[in-house]
Amino acid sequence: MNRIQTAFQQKKNLLNMYFTAGYPSLHDTLPLAQALVDAGADILEIGMPFSDPLADGPVIQRSSSVALANGMNLPVLFGQLQALRAAVPDTPVLLMGYLNPVLQFGVETFLQKAADVGIDGLILPDLPLDEYEETYHPLFQKYGLKAVFLITPQTSETRIRRLDALSEAFLYLVSGPGTTGGTTLPDVEAQQEYFERIAAMNLKNPRLIGFGIADKKGFDHACSHADGAIIGSALIRALEDVEDAPATAAHFVQVIKG
Amino acid sequence: MTPSYQQPSARGYYGEFGGAFVPEMLFPNVEELRTRYLEILADPDFQIDLQHLLRDYVGRPTPLFEAKRLSERYGTRVFLKREDLCHTGAHKINNTVGQILLAQRLGKKRIIAETGAGQHGVATATVCALMGLPCVVYMGATDIERQAPNVARMRLLGAEVRRVTSGSQTLKDATNEAIRDWIANPVDTHYIIGSVVGPHPYPDLVARLQAVISEEMRAQLLEKTGTELPDFVVACVGGGSNAAGAFYHFLDEPSVRLIAVEAAGHGIHSGHSAATSVLGTPGIIHGSRTLLMQDEHGQITEPYSLSAGLDYPGIGPLHAHLGASGRAEFIAITDDEALQAVSELSRLEGIIPALETAHALAALAQLGAGPDDVVVVNLSGRGDKDLETYLKNMDKLL
Repeated sequence: MNRIQTAFQQKKNLLNMYFTAGYPSLHDTLPLAQALVDAGADILEIGMPFSDPLADGPVIQRSSSVALANGMNLPVLFGQLQALRAAVPDTPVLLMGYLNPVLQFGVETFLQKAADVGIDGLILPDLPLDEYEETYHPLFQKYGLKAVFLITPQTSETRIRRLDALSEAFLYLVSGPGTTGGTTLPDVEAQQEYFERIAAMNLKNPRLIGFGIADKKGFDHACSHADGAIIGSALIRALEDVEDAPATAAHFVQVIKG
Repeated sequence: MTPSYQQPSARGYYGEFGGAFVPEMLFPNVEELRTRYLEILADPDFQIDLQHLLRDYVGRPTPLFEAKRLSERYGTRVFLKREDLCHTGAHKINNTVGQILLAQRLGKKRIIAETGAGQHGVATATVCALMGLPCVVYMGATDIERQAPNVARMRLLGAEVRRVTSGSQTLKDATNEAIRDWIANPVDTHYIIGSVVGPHPYPDLVARLQAVISEEMRAQLLEKTGTELPDFVVACVGGGSNAAGAFYHFLDEPSVRLIAVEAAGHGIHSGHSAATSVLGTPGIIHGSRTLLMQDEHGQITEPYSLSAGLDYPGIGPLHAHLGASGRAEFIAITDDEALQAVSELSRLEGIIPALETAHALAALAQLGAGPDDVVVVNLSGRGDKDLETYLKNMDKLL
């Protein structure tokens, strides 16, 4: 059993915290990881900044620009992550990012480095499912890395089953239409129907809900429909212009988990 | 049998370029389009509506004009395909009339678009007004500044122009924002992309809608020169929609040399350029695997051209394939060379071209075409929108 599956077996209402590597300053990556875990985060999702993050809203876009300006890139990130498992020995850690930087780094080199530093899984939202299935899945398996797939209210049942079959981690339920950090009020009824429809499918993977979840209320609501939630933009927003990013992040998690 | 350059594979690849690298949030939108576009385009009722609009609204066929004084200047036989005479002043409307009819058949109630120079934005706002559909156009703040007349046109046509302030605040970023809008509005909205870029099926869809340019060229050349096939077809390439349209019906005619003209900006290696075929490497931009300008870490870099329609950091996957396979030849033209071509066409033929188009005209000097050769330059747009830029550079124009 991998670290992700173990976490879901041992805990309920998991909190997956996203943050952008190299933000707010270049060397915040590991201190933030440690602070989040110490404060109660159950899973970490580290964003690899990209110049053109299509699935992200303004908050994560801005953090990505700042991180890139700080000098973050994949060689620097893997350098920092050498000490990842010393800092957070047991917590599942995912890398999230867009395909282009991975392609330039070299797909297999990337997977090998990720596995070497103790990464458990990857979220590559613009990697097409067909390409994943044919080319990437065997490579992910070779390096013991798990793929996390997004599903949305528009994803067909056939496709959800296919994604579920290919994953050994969890499914990432996008809460509604929009990019990360979306602030428009969701259509509550439609959202309810969507969460219930997915829950009734008896999928083999656990489910985390993400996009637009910003506080304890949102987290608790997500937990009533799934195995937990993913929070990113709200944390990034809290980290803007703060003196002590790790302390702010720890406080943020304590309030959510409260 | 030689494979056709026209048709991408089932997954939207031209050689090694193309595909649909989209996040799950976009997958249903793109999939709906992919599964329906060919059937809708082939539908006789669609074709009747399209042909009617192209003739009576756009003003097609556009003339193929033999430019005698320009021909004399370059010692070859130059024809200009007058896309600048299309309604709204550029070829862009060929695509938008087709896509608005497509959007109606898909039951869409709202239209979004990105624009660089503003020509695609105007062409989209125009067809939305015609069909009574709400229209939102994303435009970089930098482009809003340098293409003010087109911003005014879009607003007059009833479109909402949304100012994009992320990144370099130009076409790339406007495209990102349009895609994000589509993610947020997956059911009722159609995204009319303006070039042969983006995830499959967009490059093929836009190329098919622009192919009317080369279809007409063949018939007009037959009438004027006695043969359907010219020796050269020349077109400028930003994303590459007018070039795709001008090349389309010649792609599988190896005797026709296809010349794609990029913007060198201040010079290819000056650090201020948009010459993607030289400076680009394979990667993914806006959902397509193609050549793009990026740094060693795969971050997309900011291109530069004085012309707002050519400073896109990628090229359409069809063009990347035409370059890689040697089917098309790429030439890069600097800002100054383009400005000289503006002046030259204005004075020799009485036609003020768009700055984008002027890059194609400037390539005439580099073709090495002989006196018996027939060269067709796709005159993709007129220069009205660039008057402010021309005024600022009067010293280079006169």
